[in-house]
Amino acid sequence: MESHERLSAPLVLEYPFTRTTGPVIGAFLTGLREKIVLGIKRKDGSVLVPPTEYDPETSEGLTDMVEVDQTGEVITWTWVQEPRDQSPWDSPHALAMIKLDGADTPLLHAVLVDNPESLKTGTRVRIKWREKTEGHIKDIEGFLPMEGDDD
Amino acid sequence: MWGKKIKPMRKVAVVAAASRQEEKMLDNEVEMMVPLITEVRTKTGLDQTDIGFTCSGSSDFLAGQAFSFVMTLDAVGPVPPIAESHVEMDGAWAFYETWVKFQMGVIDTALVYSYGKPSPGSLQDVLSTQLDPYYIAPLWPDAHAVAGLQARTLLEQGIITVDQLADCAVRAGTVESREEYFSQPMLSDPLRKADCPTYADGGVAMILAVEGKAEELCEKPAWITGIDHRIDAHHFGVRDLTAVPSARLAAEKAGVHDGPIDIAELHAAYTTQDLLLRKEIGLPETPNHSQRSYSIKADTLMASGLLRIAEAARGIWDVQANRALAHATAGPLLQQNLVCVLSGESN
Repeated sequence: MESHERLSAPLVLEYPFTRTTGPVIGAFLTGLREKIVLGIKRKDGSVLVPPTEYDPETSEGLTDMVEVDQTGEVITWTWVQEPRDQSPWDSPHALAMIKLDGADTPLLHAVLVDNPESLKTGTRVRIKWREKTEGHIKDIEGFLPMEGDDD
Repeated sequence: MWGKKIKPMRKVAVVAAASRQEEKMLDNEVEMMVPLITEVRTKTGLDQTDIGFTCSGSSDFLAGQAFSFVMTLDAVGPVPPIAESHVEMDGAWAFYETWVKFQMGVIDTALVYSYGKPSPGSLQDVLSTQLDPYYIAPLWPDAHAVAGLQARTLLEQGIITVDQLADCAVRAGTVESREEYFSQPMLSDPLRKADCPTYADGGVAMILAVEGKAEELCEKPAWITGIDHRIDAHHFGVRDLTAVPSARLAAEKAGVHDGPIDIAELHAAYTTQDLLLRKEIGLPETPNHSQRSYSIKADTLMASGLLRIAEAARGIWDVQANRALAHATAGPLLQQNLVCVLSGESN
């Protein structure tokens, strides 16, 4: 049998699913695009940043989103001397847990300082946005120590 | 709020175990597991057709292939057909599933095994994929950096001291002396290399049997007198990093505090986590017999926890311990914790 006579069908490998980030993570990411940071209120009034659709301890559904400040405090940190290939940052930086003013839980991000001596727990920092934001955690380029208050 | 402590209805014991860990293994997963599974079956004289249930733990993310554990079943020999299950977790959770199966009353013997072979790829990449996919994973922190965040909190809040870290590293064998520890530069400040795990390839195989059968297969069965596992929040930003409530609760429910512990085998891949776990579970910092092999010196994803159970059982078989604790963890920063108590006495 000639090859053109054989019964055949094309095989196209595809991933025919789309994921949505949902009403809470989606709102947070959209907020980043607009250069604001949203948290979500728990039943006890405390504010989770980054927000989740449910309370991580009680599993209650959460819906009350609130905006928090773009300044905050370093809760803990570590130094990354050699960023990995996939890292959004090319040069050495601190990775820190940062509690934004108005939030009760910290989020993970980079603090853009040149050396570990320039940073300590309690340092006040401010968000540095990327020029072009697209609704992604990387819309935050990192955090910068606030001038005149860096100790 | 968690209800009464669960008392095992059927007494189950670990009757044989075999394990292997190497920094870089040339054998593939099947070749690694064949001798181990053969060894435990030979030790007990059981043939695969005598084994009621086979349960394994491994990671498709490590193997880079969906259903990779099906291939490793070649090491067991699944023909004629066997009753089998798998967890995408450390083998300690396969052990738990098997214990539950015993409690259901449907089996008298079981084979449990797990393995991990991280050397061909990047384990740090695999570990990053277990982090929150929207908020954390896109920033690609490696596991040492994440551990460094917890370490600084523990040190700055005075929960542990740098001297304790140095002593723990010496006990774990990652350095010879305190001086050597302090001469190391920071790896993920405030962690030095000696505080962080060396990753190894490896596997563990184990046979369990119920009371009545266990005594036939082993001179001194290591009886499971309590086992429990618990979980904390996934996002470590919402956790108090100076505490591990899930480990504390699992230890309590497993009955750790019902008597003295002679051997404590902890699955802690970092010095900071070893010290924190001892505090949370209520163990002395330097117990008599808990220095066989620290997970800090050789950590094998998916096998370290089951290996801790094997080591605890060996303590019972060697009559070094009458009561031994084994602990396993999974997830970022001790998120999930399993605690098991083994005893030389069935009561």
